[in-house]
Amino acid sequence: MSVAKNIGRRVVKRLGASVPALLGVVVFTFLLMRVLPGDPATFFASGPNAGQEEIDELRRQMGLDRPMYEQLARYLYDVATGHLGRSMTTGQPVLADLAQRLPASLELSFFALIIALALAIPLGIAAALKPNSLIDHAVRFVCTLGVCVPTFVSGLLLIYVFYYLLGLAPDPTGRIDIFAAQPPEITGFLLIDFLMVGDLAGWRAAFGQLILPAFTMALFVLAPLARMTRASLLAVLGSDFIRTARSVGMTGWRVVIVYALRNAMLPVLTIIGIVFSTMLGANVLVEKVFSWPGIGSYALDALLASDYAPVQGFVLLIAAIFVMVNLAIDVLYGIADPRVTVE
Amino acid sequence: MTEPLLKVENLHVSFSTRGGIVEAVRGVDIEVAQGGTLAIVGESGSGKSVTAYAVTQLLDRSARIPSGRILFRGDDITRASSSRMNSLRGAAISMVFQSPRTALNPIRGIGRQIMDAIEAHQNLPKAQVRARALELLEAVRIRDAAGRFDAYPEELSGGMCQRVMIAMAMACNPSLLIADEPTTGLDVTTQKTVMDLLARLTAERNMALILITHDLGLAARYCRDVVVMQEGKVVERASTAELFGNPQHPYTRKLVAASPTFESTVDDLVGEAPRPPAPAIARERGAPPLLDAEGLVKRFGDVAAVDRVSLKLGRGESLGLVGESGSGKSTISRMICRLVDHDDGRLLFDGEDIGSIPARDFHASPRRRDIQIVFQDPHDSLNPRFSAFDCIAHPVKRLVKPQDAAELKRRVEEAAERCGLPRDLLGRFPHQLSGGQKARVGIARAIAVEPRLLVLDEPTAALDVSVQAVVLKLLDDLRRDEGLSFLFVSHDLNVVRMMCERIVVMRQGTVVEEGASKDLFTAPRAAYTRELLDAIPHFEPQRALAG
Repeated sequence: MSVAKNIGRRVVKRLGASVPALLGVVVFTFLLMRVLPGDPATFFASGPNAGQEEIDELRRQMGLDRPMYEQLARYLYDVATGHLGRSMTTGQPVLADLAQRLPASLELSFFALIIALALAIPLGIAAALKPNSLIDHAVRFVCTLGVCVPTFVSGLLLIYVFYYLLGLAPDPTGRIDIFAAQPPEITGFLLIDFLMVGDLAGWRAAFGQLILPAFTMALFVLAPLARMTRASLLAVLGSDFIRTARSVGMTGWRVVIVYALRNAMLPVLTIIGIVFSTMLGANVLVEKVFSWPGIGSYALDALLASDYAPVQGFVLLIAAIFVMVNLAIDVLYGIADPRVTVE
Repeated sequence: MTEPLLKVENLHVSFSTRGGIVEAVRGVDIEVAQGGTLAIVGESGSGKSVTAYAVTQLLDRSARIPSGRILFRGDDITRASSSRMNSLRGAAISMVFQSPRTALNPIRGIGRQIMDAIEAHQNLPKAQVRARALELLEAVRIRDAAGRFDAYPEELSGGMCQRVMIAMAMACNPSLLIADEPTTGLDVTTQKTVMDLLARLTAERNMALILITHDLGLAARYCRDVVVMQEGKVVERASTAELFGNPQHPYTRKLVAASPTFESTVDDLVGEAPRPPAPAIARERGAPPLLDAEGLVKRFGDVAAVDRVSLKLGRGESLGLVGESGSGKSTISRMICRLVDHDDGRLLFDGEDIGSIPARDFHASPRRRDIQIVFQDPHDSLNPRFSAFDCIAHPVKRLVKPQDAAELKRRVEEAAERCGLPRDLLGRFPHQLSGGQKARVGIARAIAVEPRLLVLDEPTAALDVSVQAVVLKLLDDLRRDEGLSFLFVSHDLNVVRMMCERIVVMRQGTVVEEGASKDLFTAPRAAYTRELLDAIPHFEPQRALAG
């Protein structure tokens, strides 16, 4: 009972502490967008031969003729009341755009994270159990490769092999075949929605579309996860309580799984939070390569078009997700490690 | 005669390190009979722990056993397979380790860990295992065992953790228990209860006990036979009474002499003729004492770590501060050094109010030079990136502000020389120095600025007895020659008695008893002081000789 109360208190405290950080992010991106070269009014004026008058009119409409502080105050007011503005490119409210695209990015990132963990943790364990062996070096090689090959290269490579050469993967054109039927929008996660309506064929199709981009991203984050697992497991295996476990006759695997791994996962948990947040923000390239309709490619398009509102909305969203993910990790940590809750 | 339970023949253990092969154990023979008690005594690096780990095959990966045999119940287990060792460990041979807090899994409940130990050997239903674990917790006298079953190690004291460790070791009724420095880091009264428990439980179950320790007193009190090890070899073996009454080997003699007893003096420890007690420094009438602390209070949260403690220390006097962990003795020493602020009370140094200077600003006070501290851990209190010279020079530069580099060098070398630190060691870094040498650097650093009061916070707690003897002698000489005042903080009553004229006994932040060292030892007034004195494991060579 007290554990739950403890966690509740921590959550509230952390949420409160994140408000200034989020405010800082909002102000900073606002200013950054204004400093960047490019005038949205010029960009969105009807044509290249639009006159100065038309541009000025547009500027007035968008409020760009007001002093900077006033623009900032208006923007902050809008954000506080839940308005993120309207995208000039899509013509939709930014909130609606993001809400529509976020599930695609989330699904991709979650799935990629699961693949990455499923690969990284066994690799890390194998490397830690036999340090400086052939396995250890092989794991190190794979990890280095994953980090140093850019995602657009590995993505294209995967497409080339599995789509073009082998024909195993469907064409890399988004979340689902354009001609296939969309599942009803329930959670926005296609895999879950298909399962909920019991459409297994659709599920398989969506899964097929997901696997290559997810794998591309997983390769990229394999290294931090596997290396952290290895380092942390090595440290734990050298600690006194492992010696104790062995001294009472516990067998090797039981010692590794029950005693070592659980303790070694604590620092890995922290890394998972960071990795996941990074993936959400940094998967622009993967989304571009696979025509994935996610928030990353949306924000990139907006940035190129000097469309302020979506970029600001995107940064705010990522910041908020970062806060939430770290909070979730914190709560999990509190459950996994009794020492944290005592403080 | 029946076959011994454990027999180690001509054991060699070597480690391959970066610097080449290190032979840690070089031809050790030991044996223990069923129900026997054997102490393996030696200083750090003597190979006593390595011998024990070789028996249970818990040695480091880099260790090799090039020759020798380990026989358990007549079977050679020197190179037994890991599955054979797994069936022996815990069920036939168990170990209890030092630093019990880190020896237990920090994120698993203590009861669960004992259950793990049982389940490693017995295939029983969960409820039965749980009941057995609870029984064990009760057997090691954990109060409210059922309520603490799911507690985590950090919620228990060090002594409690060691009991849990003992319960784990006993879980499957092994016939041999190896305890590796089981009470290092525990308070003296806790040490006694833990050792009594260990001795009683092993005796009840007719288990053999191998006690690995650096403390001759413990060995004498709890074991029938003793083996003395030095540099990987057994130098002497005998029954306890014989060994302590009439040590044969020069190293054993040196060890016995270096161990503080109820009667020894600092000179005894290093085998020198006793000198007359330090001449009392004539106290000028009317002059204020060097240090006058009154009603010192320090609170951490709601808890008063130090509660209205008053101390007086004269010029050239040495005052001992004794107590167990949590008694507030270290907090007091830090307040007097002006490293932490007190919450209430008055602190006068040589009649001058130094308590009003915040601890944060005290480094700039001219009095900083007068009060210096020697810290407990000689290794951790030295900057690993500073050579010994730099370590000593640092405070000199800041507090004495020498004219030029030549003067700085002269002062540092002089301080090092007074501490018996050879000049050619000054260029070395802490990790290149032995424990005793590092202790000397720490002392040289403190005296280099010519303080008037030296606060010594357990200066020898991390040292081997023979090194401790030399360091104590050095400190005693410094005090005699230079008229320094000491505030000597220690948990070791014997050490404090030798070093100090007066002793203050503390418990839970308050003073329990205060008096001249001699009186306090011969006629303690407070029950707590008596308890502390009783708990000191000791042996009396003189008495044993006479008897």
